[in-house]
Amino acid sequence: MIALQAMAFLLVAAGGTAVALTRDPTRQVLVLALYGLLLSVLFVLLQAPDVALSELAVGSAALPLILLVALAKVRGREHE
Amino acid sequence: MSERGRLLLFVAGAAGFAALLLWGLAGLPAFGDYRGPYGDVINASAVAQRHLTNMASAINFDYRGFDTLGEEYILFTAVTGLALLLREIRSEIEEAPRDASPNRDASDRSDALRWFGLMLAGFTNLFGLYVVIHAHLTPGGGFQGGAILGTACLLVYLAIGYRAFRTVSPKVLMDFADATGAGGYALIGLGTLLAGGAFLQNMLPLGQTGDLLSAGTVPVINLVVGLEVSGGFILMFAEFLKETRKPSREKDA
Amino acid sequence: MNFLPYVVAAWLFVVGLYGIITSRHLIHLIVCLAVVQSSTYVLLLSIGYRTGAGAPIFANVPPGTPAVDPVVQALALTDIVVGATVTALLLALAVQVHKRRGTLDPNRLRSMRG
Repeated sequence: MIALQAMAFLLVAAGGTAVALTRDPTRQVLVLALYGLLLSVLFVLLQAPDVALSELAVGSAALPLILLVALAKVRGREHE
Repeated sequence: MSERGRLLLFVAGAAGFAALLLWGLAGLPAFGDYRGPYGDVINASAVAQRHLTNMASAINFDYRGFDTLGEEYILFTAVTGLALLLREIRSEIEEAPRDASPNRDASDRSDALRWFGLMLAGFTNLFGLYVVIHAHLTPGGGFQGGAILGTACLLVYLAIGYRAFRTVSPKVLMDFADATGAGGYALIGLGTLLAGGAFLQNMLPLGQTGDLLSAGTVPVINLVVGLEVSGGFILMFAEFLKETRKPSREKDA
Repeated sequence: MNFLPYVVAAWLFVVGLYGIITSRHLIHLIVCLAVVQSSTYVLLLSIGYRTGAGAPIFANVPPGTPAVDPVVQALALTDIVVGATVTALLLALAVQVHKRRGTLDPNRLRSMRG
């Protein structure tokens, strides 16, 4: 269990770094969805199922979708 | 200041900040050594006091229900602000929007995708309702269930199209859900005030631990919060989606 | 292992800040803000963790079995949903900025124009 938690923490740190260092917003949204999944796994390993459910529903589904729609709106206006 | 100068300033500042932060965090107990006392008090007494089994829900909607009222209103205000910001755009653009990429093949989605999406949206709705209703028994609650219910409608948009999304979530209904959820929480508190107790005191019959109708006002508050969060999320999606919609692409039923 | 969670939380905060400061696109900046927010969730849940304890749900186990702290979980779970909504509000602001100024590059949005 200890090794699993340590690995989850390191994966979350790597995931956060990847999100911050991905410059293109469209790609960054996909990395953010993956980061949300990693966070939920970490929260489950920290014995917090409520928080994991919340993070999964919001951080992997709702937030990336809102981001993609906002990006589409910005890009749509750029073509005019 | 040049970009390189800004970066150097940030590195210096971040190094100092990180050093101070880690020094402060070193004063905390070691990881895994939780000393209490509030968590232990709640874990020991909440089941007998309130007849529910989900401690996080007990704290959110019973012991510290007033704080959750504030959080819900943050959500409500953010959704209102978003609707206000994006409404201004729509009123200014009166000419017909041009297709942004006329060479793109805006074909219909395949039948398998539409069927699968519809089925999945139905299941997701059911699951969201389950999460909202079983707030006091299993991990879940109004916030999580409301987010899941919001994404169920979004599945309809992804699988079928914009018009179907607007059909399953008409604006009037979503406005009503959002407002009822936001006001309902305060009304429950006022109701307990009128009934002679404190604001948001748990006054309904507590029932038996493990039943669906137990823990007094906690499931009622969860229903109201789930209504508000799901209405808020769908309103947010609808506000964003209304802007990107181009009429020449509308081929769905 | 005793100190790793706190180091990870501090690292996430600093890396999110680095992303904000060196950002060249407003939406990239907003996503980095979400990373900074997530560092606080990691810190909160690490503080409340107790080795060998279970989740604070007593549906199948009798109350009295060791469980982790539910107070920090209650804080974190409402915070995640509300934080996402505020991020959506920031995105609406970014869309408005793009409409008025035509660019989303923070380096070119220096001055405030009426």
